[in-house]
Amino acid sequence: MKTLNKLVSIARKRSPWLFHLNAGGCNGCDIELVVCLSPRYDVEQVGILLVGSPRHADILCVTGPVTHGTRAALEAIYNQMPGPKAVVAIGSCPASCDVFAGSPAIEGPLDRIVPVDVYIPGCPPRPHDIINGVARAVTILAGKGKDTLNKDE
Amino acid sequence: MSIGRSLLALFVIPGLLYAVPMAWLMLWIERKMRARMQGRIGPFFYQPFFDFVKLMAKRPIPRSSFDTLWMIGLPASAIGALLASLALLPVFSTSSGFIGDLVLLIGLIEVPPLCAVLAGFASRSIFGQVGATREAILSITYNLPFLTAIVALATSARSIRLTDIALAPSGAVRALVVVTLLLCLPVKLRVNPFSLSNAEQEIYAGPTTEFDGPRLALWELAHGLEWVVLTGIVACIALPFRIGSGIADIAFFTLLSLILVIMVTMIGAATARLKISQAINFYLKWSIGMAILAFIIAVLGGVALIP
Repeated sequence: MKTLNKLVSIARKRSPWLFHLNAGGCNGCDIELVVCLSPRYDVEQVGILLVGSPRHADILCVTGPVTHGTRAALEAIYNQMPGPKAVVAIGSCPASCDVFAGSPAIEGPLDRIVPVDVYIPGCPPRPHDIINGVARAVTILAGKGKDTLNKDE
Repeated sequence: MSIGRSLLALFVIPGLLYAVPMAWLMLWIERKMRARMQGRIGPFFYQPFFDFVKLMAKRPIPRSSFDTLWMIGLPASAIGALLASLALLPVFSTSSGFIGDLVLLIGLIEVPPLCAVLAGFASRSIFGQVGATREAILSITYNLPFLTAIVALATSARSIRLTDIALAPSGAVRALVVVTLLLCLPVKLRVNPFSLSNAEQEIYAGPTTEFDGPRLALWELAHGLEWVVLTGIVACIALPFRIGSGIADIAFFTLLSLILVIMVTMIGAATARLKISQAINFYLKWSIGMAILAFIIAVLGGVALIP
């Protein structure tokens, strides 16, 4: 069982699949996230994939301060992700609402709605920082659910 | 076929023990080649294995027991059908099949697309349903040339035993049939010019959109096994001879399968996705013409032989 746990932990570190949600951001961080998949950074070499369905994902990457319109989608997506899962807040918006703070249309910051594991500051953050943040999230993910095959953390 | 030999074929070579690592290897080659052709480095060779382990260890969303039943049952039956069809492949010169195993093989390789269609519709996701519809339309289209080609080869070999068909000396018919089957490979494996049913960026993952954790892992494995089986069929009937010794035969079979994987992947990486009407036009215009030509030659060849 110990060997199995170790294998699962390694597998979680080596194949994080991301789901990307724009919760009302300006698209700056989204472009920086997609750049990570390009030939210059090529995160697929460490097993990172951007998937289209939240049911396939391990890590939820959120950009933007959460607006009224996106809150329901955010909650639905978070609840539809199978565990263990991690949430990464990309950019200043999900961390603090940035320039949108105080707007009546904003329900953020993100950690009021879902638990956040890693904050990546910057407006927008550089691709290096995003990769670094995802790497930290992956470490958290591998530590989550130590009892491997089932049971919640 | 004796029971011992059948079990060996099902569980060792070319069945479970050979096919599962081979499936992961082929999935890796596909991803790596695509990455290299796009100027990226691409994943390490262990990537599909770790993806599988990670997915198996996830906690899926709780669902009703009936949902759980079909969500596990459909990919599991796809895997079962693929392993059974692998066991039928005439990899060795001595592996004597039984009369009619060609019909069984054709039936078995149609099970995974059928399961994918059912999974897509049963998931009630709009993306799953669109993917399932495309898969159903395409499978009707590509099966016309595919089955005509297989029937042509069987006609020219005057047998419905796979070993006889694979080893029958038939030049022109075999060449046409192999080209037709090669044209059918990308659409059966859902790679690029014909990746309509699982079109990413368009309908997410098609029929498997709603599948999570271990259920998705089973589909990934089924997809890898589809690579092994379909390239294996072409590798088995491409050349009408076997080396004779077991290890050399399996090595030759593996080499030929991997060459086919590289070919299909290169086509996939170099092309863009077609519309469904274009894909259907392609198969109804080009592949079926070649398959019918092979069939006519096979029938005429037979007529000439009968006094």
